[in-house]
Amino acid sequence: MDFDAGLSWASATLRLATPLIFACLAGLWSERSGVVDVGLEGKMLAGAFAGAAAASLTGDVRYGFAAAVAASLAFAMAQAYAEIECGGDQIVCGMAINMIGAGLTAFLGAAIFGEGGRTPALRAAERIEPIVAGQDALTLLAFVAVAATSIAFSRTRFGLRVLAAGENPLALDAAGGSVRATRYRAIAICGILCGLAGADLSLAQAAGFLPNMTAGKGFIALAALIFAKWRPGGCLGACLLFGALDAIAIRAPDAALPGVGVIPVQAFQALPYVLTVALLAGFVGRARPPAAAGVPYRRE
Amino acid sequence: MNLRFSPGLAVAPLAALAATSVCAVAVGENPFAVLRALAIGGLGSAEALAFTLYYTTDFIFTGLAVAVAYRAGLFNIGVEGQSLVAGAGLAMAALTGEALPAPLPLAAAVCAAMIFGAGWAIVPGWLQARRGSHIVITTIMFNFIASALLSWLLVDPLRAPGSMQPETRPFPASSRLWRLDDILSALGWPTTGSPLNISLLLALLAVIAANIYIFRTRAGFEARVMGANADAAAYAGIAVPPTIMLAMGLSGALASGVAINELLGAQNRLILDFPAGAGFVGIAVALLAGTRPLAIPLAALLFGFLTQGGAELGLEYPRISPYIVEAAQGVTVLVIGALLGLRR
Repeated sequence: MDFDAGLSWASATLRLATPLIFACLAGLWSERSGVVDVGLEGKMLAGAFAGAAAASLTGDVRYGFAAAVAASLAFAMAQAYAEIECGGDQIVCGMAINMIGAGLTAFLGAAIFGEGGRTPALRAAERIEPIVAGQDALTLLAFVAVAATSIAFSRTRFGLRVLAAGENPLALDAAGGSVRATRYRAIAICGILCGLAGADLSLAQAAGFLPNMTAGKGFIALAALIFAKWRPGGCLGACLLFGALDAIAIRAPDAALPGVGVIPVQAFQALPYVLTVALLAGFVGRARPPAAAGVPYRRE
Repeated sequence: MNLRFSPGLAVAPLAALAATSVCAVAVGENPFAVLRALAIGGLGSAEALAFTLYYTTDFIFTGLAVAVAYRAGLFNIGVEGQSLVAGAGLAMAALTGEALPAPLPLAAAVCAAMIFGAGWAIVPGWLQARRGSHIVITTIMFNFIASALLSWLLVDPLRAPGSMQPETRPFPASSRLWRLDDILSALGWPTTGSPLNISLLLALLAVIAANIYIFRTRAGFEARVMGANADAAAYAGIAVPPTIMLAMGLSGALASGVAINELLGAQNRLILDFPAGAGFVGIAVALLAGTRPLAIPLAALLFGFLTQGGAELGLEYPRISPYIVEAAQGVTVLVIGALLGLRR
């Protein structure tokens, strides 16, 4: 691989990793607060669709961006209500959010634009354009979000409360903190970050929305979160790794490795999932989820 | 994880209809007219009913698959992937046994489907039992691995020679399942044009078998104890790892029913993504039925009806696409998920 190819591969990695970083951090906030989120995919779709639809209808990318964040946040709040207020099963609610996200976006897309669920191709003023070295502002924002999350969890009262809500909610309650309010806020942050991930997909990477355009990225982000062992810095590393795999799969289909032969592109697509299964099974290190993740909190 | 049948679950189907109505209003249609069209499209003719029952067959299998694992305290999100891998096994057996005499290719295909489906579920079961990895995450990951595996099989080793489509060559005629239409045309009656086939009877037999396993066998009892409290089960002398793997194996074998219905009953070849989300609908079906096998056909019928009725809506209302069904299913699942918390 020569220098130019290496540079363009690195650039593609950054671009492909951006939505993963947002979604992975989103999962991090939710799960560190004690709420398992398998519904990242659905919230990303909501954000991607609302962003593209609003940008297309208003002709202004800023409205698209705001709509993406708002739609994903609304989904997150519906999910939080079912999970926190009703104490519902977090896996079931997350899967439900995925179904609603996939169904509702395509349904509304088909009804509004009449193109089988797609939005019209966005023009330049309706898109997020690259600003430096082929990268757009969202990629930079993703790195800022990693740093901010890391600082929040180590240096701020709110961040520590989120960690407490996820490890030992009873202790947080006893210390006078509100588990409910902490989890609601963490899930709100999760919703905003998923909205950014969706906006990146439909406004920056593609020029518009396609039904089910996330294509499993919400679950890759979940895999990255496990791979990162639920740490902000790890999220960045895992997402860059998975982004790099994706860049290989897209740019060098059926690459031939010396001594191994041709590796089918599907092997690269499956690799993040295989690695995560191996990690969870303790074949490569150990990943321990937050202690209270998945358990609805009830005051005695 | 404790789930018992409750009248409160009756709210869930209403949520599905309410969500459909809200979607209809959102695009400027009269909700009552849309619901009426939904009912006619799903149940209003012999053809509609046959298609509804054809989809119901898939959902009975996937609902049972989720329920059998759920009773053992195992949330199997991987039914979709287990169906896919079952389909790969089925296709390989049907195509390898092409030259064999009549009932053998069919028997080989059905057995291979069940073995492959069970195998794809037992691995996550083993990983949970012996390595402590969480079944929900592992089965999610296995869905994507299965989907990558199948797309590789269909673009490379299993693709029909000379074909540009990612599909196998047609299965031998001897591996086709009996369709309702075959019987109707033999009798000289009008056919339905649907792929409804004998898999529906298989699905109903599976309902009875699952009910016997859960409530009338020692293994099923042990699985239920484990589902209620794994520590208590281990303390009572129940061997937890084999119980987990048996429950997951049965769950995966039930998931293979989708491959049997879709591939042997309808498509007659292996195609990409043939379960089309049936594995996820199975979660809704199982929870709506309170994970009781005998209630699953009814819950499956609701979703089969919505799938068929929703597909027909577009003919009358161009602004309403079949995606409305997925949205309505999602709302139903969210309501069930919330109810699971409220009833504790």
